[in-house]
Amino acid sequence: MVNIIWAFMAMVGIVYAMFNGTMDEVNKAILESANQAVQLSIGLISILVFWLGIMKIAEHAGILKVLTSLLRPLVVRLFPDIPKDHPALGYILSNFTANLFGLGNAATPLGIKAMEQMKKLNGNKDEASRSMITFLAINTAGLTLIPTTVIAIRIQFNSSNPTEIVSTTLVATGLALTSAILLDRYFYYRSQRRKK
Amino acid sequence: MAFLSAISTWIIPSFLLIVLITAYMKKIPSYELFVEGGKEGVKLAFSLLPFLVGMLVAISILRSSGALDAFIQLISPLLMKAGIPPDIIPLALVRPISGNAALGVMTEIISTHGPDSFIGILASTIQGSTDTTLYILTVYFGAVGIKRMGYALKVGLLADLVGIIVSVIIVTIMFG
Repeated sequence: MVNIIWAFMAMVGIVYAMFNGTMDEVNKAILESANQAVQLSIGLISILVFWLGIMKIAEHAGILKVLTSLLRPLVVRLFPDIPKDHPALGYILSNFTANLFGLGNAATPLGIKAMEQMKKLNGNKDEASRSMITFLAINTAGLTLIPTTVIAIRIQFNSSNPTEIVSTTLVATGLALTSAILLDRYFYYRSQRRKK
Repeated sequence: MAFLSAISTWIIPSFLLIVLITAYMKKIPSYELFVEGGKEGVKLAFSLLPFLVGMLVAISILRSSGALDAFIQLISPLLMKAGIPPDIIPLALVRPISGNAALGVMTEIISTHGPDSFIGILASTIQGSTDTTLYILTVYFGAVGIKRMGYALKVGLLADLVGIIVSVIIVTIMFG
């Protein structure tokens, strides 16, 4: 899908330039934007190194564990199909916590472990279970508290207040997450009614 | 809204302080861990490079040819009625499909309109507020061999839509 969109943007642009007489601009833009992208990536190193360094300390200091235990009562309610002491819940919790801290690379393997456990609970069927869909609905809505990369890019473009977007992002994430959970419930009960 | 702005300014330094105090009390080698984690940051920045080059070049072709402006002018009467700035459409389309590609689109919007412009803040908010639905479903369902996804895709995409609409509303209230 992204392949189609990407190629389509460039193709439409080039063909349009043929008729619009803007080929000079296009030529210049290709070189300039490639150069800009490289400079940007190098500029990102500073904040990413700093942030991931701090997160490593947080991980070893057990701050993620504290959050996990705080989230537990809430998560138990979101997954009524999973027994309370089942390992699936542990993996789900660690995945959520890692996501909250923006540790995407750590979150993915934990999430896959959680999916494996949920598949076992579902009798190893190749069909998505209710818990799996709830889990992924929450993941796709996004759980990040601090959008580090976005802030880093804003710094690169000399924003007068790069972290200004943290609050708007928190509100938008919160509401998107709430609606993901509600939509998940709604579609679940609808599919149950259809089965009857 | 002053409260929300205060959160933006305070959240990162406060978090830093909590981490460092906890590490000190638990006698953890904080500096060594920092360096170790920092190495991952270098890798991450370099792994983003090809995504940014690819996306920025494609969009800049579309924009410099005049095609993007022509398209935006075509659809803007409709979107303006709904209060949605037309410049945000490319980002809204790419966001659920690829996170890194969307980061490229957001960067292009910020570089064209400025990070502190209304559209720049909106693009930043949309980028940060939702995760990549198609990528997550493909990776997780693929990893454990689930073939029938049920209503997962529907829920994910509808939640993305809510995220984008909410972003437009909250940014309009705070910075409009």
